[in-house]
Amino acid sequence: MYRYDQYDQAMVDTRVAEFRDQVERRLSGKLAEEHFRPLRLMNGLYLQLHAYMLRVAVPYGTLSGAQMHVLADIADKYDRGYGHFTTRQNIQYNWIKLEETPDLLADLAAVEMHAIQTSGNCIRNISSDQYAGAAADELIDPRPYAELLRQWSSFHPEFCTLPRKFKICVIASDTDRAAMKLHDIGIRIIRNDAGEIGAAFYVGGGMGRTPMIAPCIREFVPLDQLVTYSEACLRVYNRYGRRDNKYKARIKILVHELGAAEYTRQVEEEFAHLKTQGIEPPIAELERIKTYFADPAFDADASDAIDRSDALFARWVDRNTHPHKQKGYAIATISLKPVGGIPGDASAHQMHVMADLARDYSFDECRVTHAQNIVLAHVRKADLYALWQKLVAADLATANLDTIGDIIACPGLDYCSLANARSIPVAQKISRRFAESGKEDAIGELKLKISGCINACGHHHAGHIGILGVDRKGTENYQLLLGGCEGDDTSLGKITGPGFDEDGIVDAVEKATDVYLAQRQEGERFLDTYRRIGVDIFKEAIYG
Amino acid sequence: MVESQYRFRDDEPVGDPAVTVDSFAEQSNASAVRIEPGDDARELLPYLEQLRLVEVNFPAFTDGRGYSAARVLREAGYTGELRAVGEVLVDQIAALRRCGFDSFAPDKPLDPADVDSAFARWPDVYQATTDGRVPIWSKRHG
Repeated sequence: MYRYDQYDQAMVDTRVAEFRDQVERRLSGKLAEEHFRPLRLMNGLYLQLHAYMLRVAVPYGTLSGAQMHVLADIADKYDRGYGHFTTRQNIQYNWIKLEETPDLLADLAAVEMHAIQTSGNCIRNISSDQYAGAAADELIDPRPYAELLRQWSSFHPEFCTLPRKFKICVIASDTDRAAMKLHDIGIRIIRNDAGEIGAAFYVGGGMGRTPMIAPCIREFVPLDQLVTYSEACLRVYNRYGRRDNKYKARIKILVHELGAAEYTRQVEEEFAHLKTQGIEPPIAELERIKTYFADPAFDADASDAIDRSDALFARWVDRNTHPHKQKGYAIATISLKPVGGIPGDASAHQMHVMADLARDYSFDECRVTHAQNIVLAHVRKADLYALWQKLVAADLATANLDTIGDIIACPGLDYCSLANARSIPVAQKISRRFAESGKEDAIGELKLKISGCINACGHHHAGHIGILGVDRKGTENYQLLLGGCEGDDTSLGKITGPGFDEDGIVDAVEKATDVYLAQRQEGERFLDTYRRIGVDIFKEAIYG
Repeated sequence: MVESQYRFRDDEPVGDPAVTVDSFAEQSNASAVRIEPGDDARELLPYLEQLRLVEVNFPAFTDGRGYSAARVLREAGYTGELRAVGEVLVDQIAALRRCGFDSFAPDKPLDPADVDSAFARWPDVYQATTDGRVPIWSKRHG
């Protein structure tokens, strides 16, 4: 994985010193809260219902074992012994004291980590495919391109006060595991007909209150123009994105109001100009970054055999591992969705265990997924059983990847000052009901996503089943959406009808899955059946 | 006409008041113009030779359009004074300078010690702009 050189380290250390100075001026009263607020947000520090929340960046989701250990130490030292892995592949802590934040950031900087641009109206941490560098269906590892853009976007002097937040995602396989088209800029690294590697740019996607799927505005950007093209996209947005209404300020609204063709024309005009400005790093820089992402030293003789005599282990293998490009290896996902648990939460102890397992079984590297789980990307199949036994001992062996128990949920009204309704208790009830009835296994792949308000941090638009918490005359109410999908065939879920109370929404979800179980044809997932038979049969079962 | 608290130029300051972009279009002999956030800086590009002062107004420090306006002018070759006016704060001043501003006239005067440390803070930068600083990628590859 990428390692800082003296320049990267100096940038992060400088930011710690700068933030320490800003916090001191805030605490002394010299800096007003209204002027401090964007500064702390650009450092991932939110004021929530009960305390400050700090979001730490995990660039493109990749962590070393040593970094995971420090995340655990931070949970113990500055929080209440827990961390929460997020849908942006980051981690956040919910009980942080402002005056301790500079020391926390210094602890992070000591292991090449930071909280830079994890919030605020700027370019956020860049996300990627959690199976990068390991997936059998991958063209090339997308992370070097993400790292190139991470450096370009860090402290970019022109883009620190954008109209609104800005999220970039980079993938490089046919299967989209990162919801690429639901980002402000989605980049797919591709090979063109001439055999050259380049990037397709999708601009103007997003969730929130106006979900949109990003149109492709350029099929092929050469690798030596990635930064320049990105800068052109951002400049047009910074100049013309709406600033009169916070809810219409994302780039998706600009692209929608101008039309993709006109936005593209303006970007191309800016791009032609910027190409003359010498802002692009040389290809040698990309090559330098790539050397950090070379394959680990795989055991060429590793066997594909797996002893499946332990039925619980076999079930975990079937559910939580994924094909690896290297013979004899598998990609293993550690579910952070225990039955009845809080999606994405891990205790400091569990983080230490995962760090050790990454070191012992996966070349000292792990990844955070946008579905709030942890991936060990390079595990020898011969080691899977030993790995699984250690996961069992740490309550980390839940075999429910991509099932109805593998719920994405935002923190909701339990923590968040924006939320209208709680997300976590709904997730816990659904998880328990379907695990205990055995229906979770019977249903198979079903992506269920819960947001506690229309800002959609829980990605409810992109769930095969989505749940949106709203406020209805002072009580929490939950709307049901069906048919969303974040993958290549990206689609947005549709609201089925009137909302429900907390128990009612759990019943409604069960009724929807019963329709699927009764109607499915051979090989169909919930989403496939829904797309084939349409919403009416579901509505009838739910409301009839 | 607002006084700059910081000015990184040796030439004489322009004494004329800055006119709006609209009135500049009607009386294009002016040498000083003021850009508001909604103005298109590109409208000034045909007149860069005669302009000696461009003020860019920041009514609110959170509105970042002026950063792009500054870079548009500098990238087009404008060499006159580029002055940030309005809600110009110490925590944004280094980024403003990177975008091409060489003069700062904040609504509320800034603490000189804080300004000095803000300008001295960053030993290196990741991006190339027209401010002449050598980006990190260039230092890495000589």
